Amino acid sequence: MTTTVETAAGAAQTMVLNMGPQHPSTHGVLRVVLELDGETVVKARPEIGYLHTGIEKSCEALTYSQAITLTDRIDYLAPLSNNLGYCLAVEKLLGLEVPKRAQYIRVLLTEMTRLNSHLIWLGTHAMDLGATSVMLYCFREREEILKIFEMVSGQRMMTSYFRIGGLALEPPPGWLERVRHFIDMFPSRLEEYENLLTRNRIWLMRTVGIGILEAKDAIALGVSGPMLRAAGVAYDVRKFFPYSSYEEFSFDIPTRTECDSYARYLVRVAEMRESLKIVRQAMDKIPPDGPIRAEAPGIIPPQREKMKTEMEALIYHFKIFTEGFAPPPGEVYQRVESPRGEVGYFIVSDGSPKPYRVKVRAPSFVNLQALPKLAEGGLVADLIACIGTTDIVLGEVDR
Amino acid sequence: MTDKASLEPNPIVELLRAADERVIAIASEFRGELTLVLPPEQLSRAAQLLRAEPGLQFDFLSDISAVDRFPIDPRFEVNYHLLSLPLRQTLRLRVWLPGKNPVLSTVIPIWPTANWHEREIFDLFGIRFEGHPDLHRILMPDDWEGYPLRKDYPVEGFRA
Repeated sequence: MTTTVETAAGAAQTMVLNMGPQHPSTHGVLRVVLELDGETVVKARPEIGYLHTGIEKSCEALTYSQAITLTDRIDYLAPLSNNLGYCLAVEKLLGLEVPKRAQYIRVLLTEMTRLNSHLIWLGTHAMDLGATSVMLYCFREREEILKIFEMVSGQRMMTSYFRIGGLALEPPPGWLERVRHFIDMFPSRLEEYENLLTRNRIWLMRTVGIGILEAKDAIALGVSGPMLRAAGVAYDVRKFFPYSSYEEFSFDIPTRTECDSYARYLVRVAEMRESLKIVRQAMDKIPPDGPIRAEAPGIIPPQREKMKTEMEALIYHFKIFTEGFAPPPGEVYQRVESPRGEVGYFIVSDGSPKPYRVKVRAPSFVNLQALPKLAEGGLVADLIACIGTTDIVLGEVDR
Repeated sequence: MTDKASLEPNPIVELLRAADERVIAIASEFRGELTLVLPPEQLSRAAQLLRAEPGLQFDFLSDISAVDRFPIDPRFEVNYHLLSLPLRQTLRLRVWLPGKNPVLSTVIPIWPTANWHEREIFDLFGIRFEGHPDLHRILMPDDWEGYPLRKDYPVEGFRA
């Protein structure tokens, strides 16, 4: 977070301007130090760390189960994707198999999370570029998704609904009808947004050809998610390294080759349609009843009924909540596809009930590194489009 | 810690050694994930080969993460999580560094994305990367003292 900026050589009259950390279009507390030649951005340098809360360090002081609550707070627009990445990593460490029913519910809810996150992205991105009404519509639909989350987990945002070995609670009766109602209604809403934007002349002028990031540069900079797919690279963790039974679902990976902000917009909108497809399939797959947690005494809390009749179950329950459980020593790296790209959880176990090290590979952090590539040479006004199209969550950037 | 050195030939190690026989790498596997342990001075050479060799093509560096094994020496391990987009394979590259003056050569020329990852490790672990063009703190304030993710740094910080 230094304030010194070396000006580019040869630039005779440039001005250094500080954008953020308090700026409405920086989506949180991002600060970009700009070097400007008139309206043209000569150099852009993102300065981060304003939201650093030491989540990785805090995880080391908590048991494996307790740390789940921190993963929600990393990416607060897609808490369930982060829950899933962390739980899958710990399950891999333990060698635990999760029941199919829980896997399908996980898939359904992470896809709803993707819709939720893309809606916020679309709303705020459009608002940054002057289309305020889109934001109001997007938040209307997002509200319904949050209500579904609240129904299953009791929380709108920091859900912590996925637990090691399965789910926290049995979803309440009637929740699938609510999901069905939402996904029946949503395609027409998606069309409304597209009517407002896709062929809107102002929208096209603000996004077409803006913030070019070619495949070669994107791969070199480690950019993942919709930004990479808008450059024509069909890398999606769900297809490359399927987890949580994603291999059983049929869906496409939308890609574009234009590499600009508009392509990224189209990719994300197409992704919302694919997510709907997955949610539909998941609804058909979820069996009406069955276990939602793996059977692993000493690791997964026993069922309430068993605790009333079995001595061991009561002992395990007590031990799990006082001491936690200890996975074997080792380390795993688990990738999942979050709305922003590849989320990776690198967890090191030393055989104690607390993780020795939790490292989060945050897609926002890596994608933000490409901002200078997007913005340099463009106008200040286009920088807003570039930040919006990167879809960063500062909680995830700074952790 | 859990690396069980395997004497069985590993295809990735074989390819590396076919390209340059001086490369020493010990392969181990845990939960289906392959780890190669290298001596730190061979990191740059191995990274170049991993990126460029036709049978390897690890073009995507997902992540770099350090682990502090205090009080064991060598104290730090640095893990590179690699991915090959054309071949759909993954690999973890690991080097061990001493607790006293931990220095490692940068991999920015091979994977430019390493820039911020290396800055983060410098910031939180105090490991320096030689040849890094812009090595200064990234998440913590510039005037911060100490390296928060080291194991001898208390979770609640140092109180005055």
